[in-house]
Amino acid sequence: MLKLKNKFSVERDISGCGLFGVINTKRVRFDGSGIKKAITVEHDRGNGLGGGFAVYGNYPEYSDLYAFHIMYDNLSAKNDVDEYLKNNFIIEKSEPIPTSKKTVIKDHPYLFRYFMRPKSDRQDKLFRDLDDDDFVVQSVMTINQNYDGAYVFSSGKNMGAFKGVGYPEDIADFFMLDEVMGYMWTAHNRFPTNTPGWWGGAHPFTLLDWSIVHNGEISSYGINKRYLEMFKYNLALKTDTEVITYILDLLIRKHGLPVEIATLVLAPPFYQAIDRMEPGKRELLTALRQIYGSAVLNGPFAIVFGFSGGMVAMNDRIKLRPLVAATMGDFTYVGSEEAAIKSICPSPDMVWSPEAGAPVIARFEELERHKRGMVNL
Amino acid sequence: MMTIDASGMHYKDLNRTIREGILRGVKKFFLENVNGQYYIGDGIKGDDVIININGVPGNDLGAFMDGPTIIVNNNAQDNIGNTMNAGKIVVKGDAGDVVGYGMRGGRIYILGNAGYRVGIHMKGYNEQLPVLIIGGKVGSFFAEYMAGGIIVLLGLNGEDYSAGDYFASGMHGGVIYIRKKGNFAKYSKEVELYESGDKDIDFLKKYFMEFAESFNLSLEEILKEPFYKIVPSSARPYGHLYTSM
Repeated sequence: MLKLKNKFSVERDISGCGLFGVINTKRVRFDGSGIKKAITVEHDRGNGLGGGFAVYGNYPEYSDLYAFHIMYDNLSAKNDVDEYLKNNFIIEKSEPIPTSKKTVIKDHPYLFRYFMRPKSDRQDKLFRDLDDDDFVVQSVMTINQNYDGAYVFSSGKNMGAFKGVGYPEDIADFFMLDEVMGYMWTAHNRFPTNTPGWWGGAHPFTLLDWSIVHNGEISSYGINKRYLEMFKYNLALKTDTEVITYILDLLIRKHGLPVEIATLVLAPPFYQAIDRMEPGKRELLTALRQIYGSAVLNGPFAIVFGFSGGMVAMNDRIKLRPLVAATMGDFTYVGSEEAAIKSICPSPDMVWSPEAGAPVIARFEELERHKRGMVNL
Repeated sequence: MMTIDASGMHYKDLNRTIREGILRGVKKFFLENVNGQYYIGDGIKGDDVIININGVPGNDLGAFMDGPTIIVNNNAQDNIGNTMNAGKIVVKGDAGDVVGYGMRGGRIYILGNAGYRVGIHMKGYNEQLPVLIIGGKVGSFFAEYMAGGIIVLLGLNGEDYSAGDYFASGMHGGVIYIRKKGNFAKYSKEVELYESGDKDIDFLKKYFMEFAESFNLSLEEILKEPFYKIVPSSARPYGHLYTSM
């Protein structure tokens, strides 16, 4: 029987993987068949030990509720977690995640989803007054750490992660993503080299609306982990990608940094480049390096992260992993290989390789308009 | 002549078909609908073999190739011409990272830009002289640890700079020619910059003509600006890194 709790003793895993992302900035929804086709072009970048997708805009009818995707080793683990959830959340709906029985994915955990909101009179209110997002983060950490055989792999609003052990195209068929609609998708094809592939260890890693797919190795994992633990993040998964998700949550949601600044924390310019900058910029980047030195990601990486405002793709500071981007009308595509993009967008308006450390940021347009409107008022 | 429709074909099948064709004596290949297949033309021999590619070929195009010509009518991905020994690769678009890594013979001509780590550890040996010409610009770590051969960076797109940081660090052999002088602070401490002389241009002319012909450019366009020449100041820049002088 496969076990969800990761008992492996290694500190992190090193992977050479394939990734892909696509966003429609006008929030026009499309099904998962395109991204499945694109990540299939990168089939040989993985080895069948992990595939996954994140989709945004897939639960419009429950857009105000937190959508939890939880995998269980056994139904008694589910009973325990259900008890916890009932005590702390108003569960509007819970159901098995729809899967197909006709695919090569046979050995899988029990997969359930819950649409819910935190109770206003939940137990922990006696001790402190967490806002809903913080309470959800704490609940995810609690379940993943304390409930054996249970793992929350998605907890955002109007978004969801679908992942497991297998090639991504098989995982897509297993979750029937051809029938799922969303306006932003990311995908990952995993090649784990230091830990066995397990269902929880597949990408994307998510927390609230954050989702991360990652190719590379975070060699600063130890310092990042200790830094995040100071802010009560529990790093239960022992894979390096997890730290990126939590760093983004800390920097952007908790500390309120703009996305652009957060990317400069993750992949800051070298000091010799900072020394050549204009005084204002030099001060800003020096301050960021001083304050967030422990949040810098070292080592080779290409990542794509999705959040409620859009999609960001970026490399490490010296470009040790591939990343290609393209635009076509309202669509932006990113991938490990240009061929993957061309498979679903044969003639893009523009194709380019982003510079090392320079993020490609594609935002939903209406949010931008909304923000501008607020400033004008 | 052999035309192969590569759409949906796995790289193993595509490359097997090409190799079997070469064994049967086919000289000209037209690969249609290529999209991401790895290792095309790797290790193949035959000075008169020509492979024409429509679509985006996958990584490691023409690695260890020894004689044939590959023409890519689109962009190409990473690791083109790794340890290539002889022949020619022409890319009529942009190329990815690590072009010509350890290349030790033949020519690679890129019309557009190329990525990071282009021409690292290129080497020449006796009669072997690898030549890499890039029409656009390149990223950082250009010509890192270059040990031999010739790289030309044309910067035809007229932008201010044509290479990133860590330019030619550790270079200890070969020659780089650039059409733009750029910021000398970017260059490694191990190289020296000179103005090119007539002898240099005379030597390069046959390669420029081949480059111009590959992309329908005029030779005059290429030669209309002055060239600078970058050579290593030492054949052993790190000879005393771990030992006293």
